[in-house]
Amino acid sequence: MSADRVSYTLDSTLETVNNAEETASRMAAEAGFDDEEVMKISMAVREAAVNAVLHGNAYDPNKKVTLAFERTPRDLVIVIRDQGKGLDASKIPDPLAPDNLMKTSGRGIFLIRSFMDVVEIHPSHTGTEFRMIKHVPGNAADSKEAPQ
Amino acid sequence: MSMKSSTRQVDGVTIVDLSGRITLGEGSVVLRDTVRDLLSKGQKKILLNLGDVNYIDSSGIGELVSAFTTAKNQGGELKLLNLTKKVHDLLQITKLYTVFDVKEDEAAGVKSFSK
Repeated sequence: MSADRVSYTLDSTLETVNNAEETASRMAAEAGFDDEEVMKISMAVREAAVNAVLHGNAYDPNKKVTLAFERTPRDLVIVIRDQGKGLDASKIPDPLAPDNLMKTSGRGIFLIRSFMDVVEIHPSHTGTEFRMIKHVPGNAADSKEAPQ
Repeated sequence: MSMKSSTRQVDGVTIVDLSGRITLGEGSVVLRDTVRDLLSKGQKKILLNLGDVNYIDSSGIGELVSAFTTAKNQGGELKLLNLTKKVHDLLQITKLYTVFDVKEDEAAGVKSFSK
């Protein structure tokens, strides 16, 4: 299968969060993931979209969220970018720490990391980019690398 | 799909039957308003039936924590009933499964509340 890429530019609204989740669910299913993995991927995208809309762009109607999906034989690559001030991931508290366990927020990025194979967070003064990768099960690339 | 909530009384315990999604926005607000309304009316033994809740995001998890803490701080008890596998797994990986009092059987859940 050749690389297949699609991207969207979306408003900073809750509707964007729901659309991102639904699109991720469809793309993941088309890429061949089973129902459980589809749920994990769509939830990771939802959480990243929530982060972009709420914490990045703060619902600013002048700021956009870009969402891109790329399918390769090996991976489903999803990139979400906002136009906020840039997230400092090192300052995000560990939601599993005893002192944080009963907090009512702060679990989104933890869930993203739990559900995706690779998560890169690239903050800058013009926004934050989440690059998330899920390896496609039984992909052609794996077959090529298998011992002869 | 939005979330629906209905309540019923069984032996002094308020069972809240929830269905749909507890996510940022409407679903979380419905849960918050329902629990706060019950507590304000003095109904402090609350069993949240999540059997028909098919999706919870981090905001929804936060609302469950908030509902649990709010009930406890007002001298009440809030327990969870009939978790789906998805919700069960989410509470496991966030280490909240042992924080909540989770019941699998409604009758036993009702009896478990202090008299």
